[in-house]
This record gives sequence, structure tokens and C-alpha cells, in this order.
Amino acid sequence: MSSAEIPAPDRQQAAEHDSRRTWWLIAAWLALSLAAGLVIWFVWYPHLPPGDMTSSARHQQFDIAVLAISAAPVILGVFLYFGYVLVVFRARPGDDSDGTPIFGNVKVQATWIIGTSAIVLWLFVFGTVELIVPAGAGAGEGASPIWKLPGAKTASWTPGADDMLQVQVIGQQWAWTYRYPQFGGMESTVLDLPVNTPITFHVTSLDVIHSFWAYLLGVKADANPLVDNVAYTMARQTGPFTVRCNELCGIWHGAMTSAGNVMSQTTFKLWATAVQAREKADGVLAALPAYALTYDPTVIPQLGKDLVNVAGITGAPGYYYGPGNPVTP
Amino acid sequence: MSVTARAAVLIVAFLCVVGVVVFVALYYIGSASQLPTVAYKASDGQVHVVLQEDPGNNSTTTPSWVTYYTQDPTTKQWLHTTLFSVPADTRVDVTIYGYDGCTPLRNNYWGQVQGTLGRVVTVRQFDKNNHPLGSPVTTSLINSWAHCSVGHTFAIPDLGIYVPVASPNAQNSVNNLCGTFPCTPTSGGAYAVETFSFISPSKTGSYRWQCLIPCGGGFLNGNGGPMQTLGWMAGFMDVVAT
Repeated sequence: MSSAEIPAPDRQQAAEHDSRRTWWLIAAWLALSLAAGLVIWFVWYPHLPPGDMTSSARHQQFDIAVLAISAAPVILGVFLYFGYVLVVFRARPGDDSDGTPIFGNVKVQATWIIGTSAIVLWLFVFGTVELIVPAGAGAGEGASPIWKLPGAKTASWTPGADDMLQVQVIGQQWAWTYRYPQFGGMESTVLDLPVNTPITFHVTSLDVIHSFWAYLLGVKADANPLVDNVAYTMARQTGPFTVRCNELCGIWHGAMTSAGNVMSQTTFKLWATAVQAREKADGVLAALPAYALTYDPTVIPQLGKDLVNVAGITGAPGYYYGPGNPVTP
Repeated sequence: MSVTARAAVLIVAFLCVVGVVVFVALYYIGSASQLPTVAYKASDGQVHVVLQEDPGNNSTTTPSWVTYYTQDPTTKQWLHTTLFSVPADTRVDVTIYGYDGCTPLRNNYWGQVQGTLGRVVTVRQFDKNNHPLGSPVTTSLINSWAHCSVGHTFAIPDLGIYVPVASPNAQNSVNNLCGTFPCTPTSGGAYAVETFSFISPSKTGSYRWQCLIPCGGGFLNGNGGPMQTLGWMAGFMDVVAT
């Protein structure tokens, strides 16, 4: 029996019944959404990755929590209505009649368009703000970053001041090294950082593409040869962390890790100064190339001219790694 | 064809594909495990690991690949492997014969000796006639850019050990590299001998080691071929219980 064949009093009764159920459905959806939001915010949020070790990690944790709270009503609405239609609109045994014809519903269509538009706009605005406010959100912004972390650019770094610490991250198959231009350009295999200090990472590579991923710091930036990829963060807690490569780069890609530590500013200063002094005494600082934002490993100007001119050792212009990189000996 | 027959064909075909994949995987794993592991035993609380790196090798498939060899401590034979074991918590004295010519480090930072006792290595170079070129030199840095004096490196990153391995004197070794592999001091090539020591970790396990010079000649960025293959410029040091 179609709806047209239902007597008017019955149709009115059915409409009131549907309206009541709709309001119950909306009330249940609101209650569940509120409960889910509270659980996400107070129970899940504090434990969400990547934690809150740095400003960028803290923002990422906040972003995930907000997006989860934004998504919860949507998924709850879908499942709630799915359950509702399974129960209410199921075919009863022996009922072989057609379903109710649908001729469109302006209210439903308007709600759908306005609702989805609002969600997309909200995600756009929130995502944009959360990219700008934390100065790139810990991601590599390329050589000319648009959003910069506040901090004084200084030739040396002093604890307690608002000095930006510059750290160059150098990837090569299959190891990370870290160069500190404010400490004489000393280099280290461990990434030590001071707490409560704005940090600029200059990420580059000496060979193939790697990806600098300090998960707990909430920092991730591709390391491309001859490219200075800049990322920012500020550590908020002391403690150890691990750096991994996040770009498949050869046989030891999975082992291309290194250790890092966030420490007090005073301890960091002592460590960096000690490494600088040791590398100066050992002649390492003098052996390193002058600090630059990128390095071309095919050019070794320091190589003695006498050796440059010896066939079989280097090419004539002082470039060792030619296009063959290097060619078969 | 009946449904049953079609299902049977499908199952057989699927099993064939699975069989081929398993065979290839086992073949690959089996090939890798054919590398012998040289076991170094402690004597008087220390072990003596002896390696050499050559500009070529005695294989029939890839004779132009640079490679490490490991010396069997009992027979003194050179084995074409980069797998060796040492006892835990023991002083490990390493001798590396460098027969390959110099290659500048991509990052000269790796010229710094790290992780060895005293943070030093001792180096002595010899000419092709096996005559020493000066006295042994103990140093914490081999500047490959100033003298082109590093052939390869020996690095165990998990232990913080990074050692530049000296090459023969650059001027002296041009066109004078050993040509018969594995090389010996009397095989007619200039070479260098480098020694250093470190303490093996107390935690047993496999520790990878590698070269940090892109010495895979002819491959993209020099990091293919021997650089990506166990038994050549990469290997494992197994630390075993004493």
C-alpha cells in the first residue's frame, strides 16, 4: 500500500510518530557526540602522539584532538542513522510492497549542503591557522620559509637570551650528522638541543633524498641534495628522542637513526662548547668545509693542487665525483 | 568448464604463484646466508680482528667491485666475507690493510676517529715494494681532503665507532695498486696498515657496520653495488657471549 492510499488521520499519526523519532535520534546523536568529545578531550588527548615535547609536537597533538572531536559527530551520525534505518525501514515478513517514493526534501538537502560546507570550511580555516601559528607546524618549508618562529638571529648562542639556535641536519647514506654554526661549525653524530629555545633546522643531503624525522619533536623535513629545507620548533621538555630517516634511501635506510637529547640550556652550552673545543684541538673544524646552507660533494676545493693534477685520483678541475659519480675505476 | 574445474585451476594457479614467491625468497635468503662468519676468540682478554679492503676481488661475477676481506684467525686465509663475531665486553684490536686508493670523503667529518680507545688510530704506509714510508703515525683525524689519504671507512654506528681507513700514499699508489686479490703486502701494490682498538659491548647481538665513502663505482652516487651488498662494503659484527 503506497502512502497515497493511507487515510489522512493515519498519515498525520505516522508523521507525528516520525517527527518524534527524529527528535529522539537527534537527541541521542547530540548526547553521544558530547560524550565522545569529552572522552577524546580529557582521556585520549593527553596520550595522543606525538606528545608535547616541543611546540610543534604540542600543536600536532592539539590538531589531532580537535580533528577527532570534529569527526566524532560525523561518524556517530552515520552509524546512528545506519542503525536507525536498519530497524525502522526493514521489510517485515510477508511485506512485498514497494518503498515510499522519494520526491526530494528541501530541508534535508539544505541541511546536507550547509553542513558539509561548514565542515569543509572549518577544516580549511583550522588547518590554515594551525599551519601558520606554529611556524610551519614542524614541517620543512623550503629554503625561504613563509612562517618563521620568532627569535633573534645571532652569530653565537647564549643561554637565557632569545637567541635562535641554528642546527644544520646533514643526511647521507646512511647516517645523520648535525652541524652547529653558532659553535664554530662543529659537527656531531648526536642531536643535542636546549630546552625553551627557538630552533631552526636547516635540512640538506649529500647524496640522495632522505627525510629528517624527529618524531617526538614533531619535526619532519625532506633532506634533498643542494637544497636548504628549513623547519622550526621549540623544545618544551627535556629528555631523549630518536631521529629516523623517513625516505627509502638504500640498504641501511631502516638503520639510519640517531639519538637526540633535549637538555637544559646551561648543559647544552657546556656540551656544545666542549665538542667545539675538542674538534678544534683535533683539527676537525679546520678539516670541515666552511659552513654553508648546502654542500656540493662533487667539489673539493681543499684537495691539494698537486693531487688534483694526478690522473686517476681526481678530475682536472678538482671535482672528484663526476657525472658517473664516481665512474668505475 | 565446470565451476569445480575452474575453481581447481584457480587454486592450482594461486599455489604456483605462492610457490614461486616462496622459492625466490628462500633462494635469496639462502644466498645471503652463504657468507661465512669468522669467529674471533678471546686470548688474554682480547681478540685480534684482521680485515683488508681491496680495489677489486676474486669473484667471477663482479671482479671490479671494491670489497673487504676478513682473515680467518686459525688458517690465516682471507675469506670474502664481512661477517665476523667477537666476544662481548672484550677489547677488540683491529688491523685493517688498506690496498685501495684514496677517495675523498663526502663529509670530511668522518675523517675524525670516534669510538676507539683513546679516539685514535695508528697508521703506517708502505710502497709497492713493501718498504715503509716513514714511521707509524697515531692520529685522531685523517684529513681526506688535504692529503687524499682515506680509502674507506669502518663504521659501527650503533656503537658510535667511526674510523677512517687509511689508503696508500696517494702519489705513491697511482697506477701502483694491488691487482691480484685478495692482496698481500708482497703482491706488488702500495698499501697502508691501520690499527685501533675498542671494547665490544656487553650486550650480545648483531651490530651492522658499513663504509661511509660512496665507493660503489659506476653506480648512482657511488652508493650502489658493493655499498649495498653484504660481504662487500657492509657487514655485521656479531657480539656473542664469552
